[in-house]
Amino acid sequence: MRLGLAFLLVAALAAISLTVGVSGLSLSRLLAGDGRDWLILWESRVPRTLALLLAGASMAIAGLLMQIVIRNRFVEPSTTGTVEAAGLGLLVMTLLAPGAPVIVKMAVGAVFALGGTGLFLLVLRRVPLRDQMIVPLIGIILTGVLHAATTFFAYRADLMQTVLAWTQGDLSGVLRGRYELLWLGAAMAAVAWIAADRFTLAGLGRDMATSLGLAHGRVLALGLSIVSGVTAVVVVTVGIIPFLGLIVPNLVSLALGDNMRRAVPWVAVSGAGLVLACDILGRILRAPYEIPVGTILGVIGSLTFLILILKGRRNAA
Amino acid sequence: MQPEARILPVTPAQSETRAQLALILLGGGVFLAAALFMTLGARGSWAFVLQFRGMKLLGLILIAHAVAVSTVLFQTVTANRILTPSIMGFDALFVLSSTLLIAFMGSVQLSGLDPRLLFAARLIVMTLFSMALYRWLFLGEEQSLHRLLLTGVVFGIFLRTLAEFVQRMLDPNEFMVLSDMLFASFTKIDPVLMGIGWALVLAVTLWLARNLARLDVIGLGRPVAVNLGIRWRRDVLLVLALVSVLVAVSTALVGPVTFFGLLAASLARLAVGTTRHAVLLPAASLTAMLLLIGGQTLLERLFAFNTALGIVIEFFGGVVFLILLLKGGRR
Repeated sequence: MRLGLAFLLVAALAAISLTVGVSGLSLSRLLAGDGRDWLILWESRVPRTLALLLAGASMAIAGLLMQIVIRNRFVEPSTTGTVEAAGLGLLVMTLLAPGAPVIVKMAVGAVFALGGTGLFLLVLRRVPLRDQMIVPLIGIILTGVLHAATTFFAYRADLMQTVLAWTQGDLSGVLRGRYELLWLGAAMAAVAWIAADRFTLAGLGRDMATSLGLAHGRVLALGLSIVSGVTAVVVVTVGIIPFLGLIVPNLVSLALGDNMRRAVPWVAVSGAGLVLACDILGRILRAPYEIPVGTILGVIGSLTFLILILKGRRNAA
Repeated sequence: MQPEARILPVTPAQSETRAQLALILLGGGVFLAAALFMTLGARGSWAFVLQFRGMKLLGLILIAHAVAVSTVLFQTVTANRILTPSIMGFDALFVLSSTLLIAFMGSVQLSGLDPRLLFAARLIVMTLFSMALYRWLFLGEEQSLHRLLLTGVVFGIFLRTLAEFVQRMLDPNEFMVLSDMLFASFTKIDPVLMGIGWALVLAVTLWLARNLARLDVIGLGRPVAVNLGIRWRRDVLLVLALVSVLVAVSTALVGPVTFFGLLAASLARLAVGTTRHAVLLPAASLTAMLLLIGGQTLLERLFAFNTALGIVIEFFGGVVFLILLLKGGRR
């Protein structure tokens, strides 16, 4: 019931998103069959809205999945090096095989993303004292190191512009034919939903999960592969959407508790809604210019993250 | 470094000799690097080359000194070796305050103002901000180092994205003015600002030189320091104000560099093996100079990379930070 209301809210946001933009659309002209208005709607507004919904929902689910599998509330693809590694992979492909089809680039990006996540886990394994705070800290610094490496190569190869396009979530360039890969990301996120119970079990820890009859290692690998795949898809199509996968699952779990199967639809809907709302805001705040959705979410996301950290401080004290 | 130094008790005389040796080596290294920087690959009129590169060299020395000293001071006051002003978001604060200044005043008014006045305004804003931040983070309840670090890092991200957001709200023309103000590089330094920077940094350095013993006592931690007659709150806030000045100078000149201070301070600690400020401060400063001048010479002359030094430093600084974190976990 409440979930239905949330769906309605997101649908309303989507409808608003269809009408907001530099060139005006009017219902009466659409009904009269005005060719220009239909063109804008089909070629730009519908793809953009769909891209927002898909990217928001799948990034939020990827964040949730990562938090459950790594067993830390404060991780998500952009605080574990996953996103930066995907960007590095895309850069490598641009350098070595610029003509490769997008799907191949994305696949390579996903492999790199998985590698980045693996590196993060490897570093984590060397930390015996695992308090909640050190895990995201290591991830963020690792992200910085990977970012420096990416920037270095991009700078040498004069590809800073390209890298900037990935590091800033921006949907102003989304047109029909340029976002469809996101469906693949959404499909991967759907797999996470179907296998939600396994991941919840895996989140209990290796010993517990194994004694309950779960192939822990395999489930872990599946989970991180899904996260990497979704990340690569989103980075290659719309760029980094920072902190989305962190704040949405945390806020949802504040309201609902930690059952993944129950949380997934909420996380997906809230993620999609939040990204939509931020993008609409970005389109109207400074019209006719646009503020990228990544920038707006960066501000909201980091502030929320900060509040979550400090809230923990009060609880611990 | 001799491995046995860690296990066997070291006599004061031994540690003194080692510190002196390290300082001499570092000084020699800096001298060599500076000489190479001034002369390598020079063509055409020597008068021009020396003047042109001399300006650059002065800038590099100033930045290295400011970053290294501010980092060591900050680490002394906060009693640990991982925190640095830039990791706690001081640089981002400076970027944000500059952005806000342009957003509220507009570039036309700003370009009419004396750059020295402008710098002073940014400096005051930043000092006030950092005092508030510090009181909030450190003078309140005791908290875990990791939470503190994470708070600082995320706070820095927040300030940076907020600055980016405000920049997006600006007129494209004003944005151009701002990015000129913010994104200077190691090799392109405004001579007017450099003059102010030198004056400020020299004043701070003179004060420090007269108060080295006091810094050593502060470094012992609050309870001991208070027992030995330090007026903790006043002295710590004063040192932090100095840190703000130094960070403002370096950020105004070259823009934010997150891990450079950490890299220099950690290497210097490794080299001298003492916490006495009379040794540690010059060592950190010299290490930073060696890194910056040597690195710039290598990159510029040997590899013909131009402004990539900042990126290389971020890479290695980040790795050092990770190592320190992991070692901290082991202890």
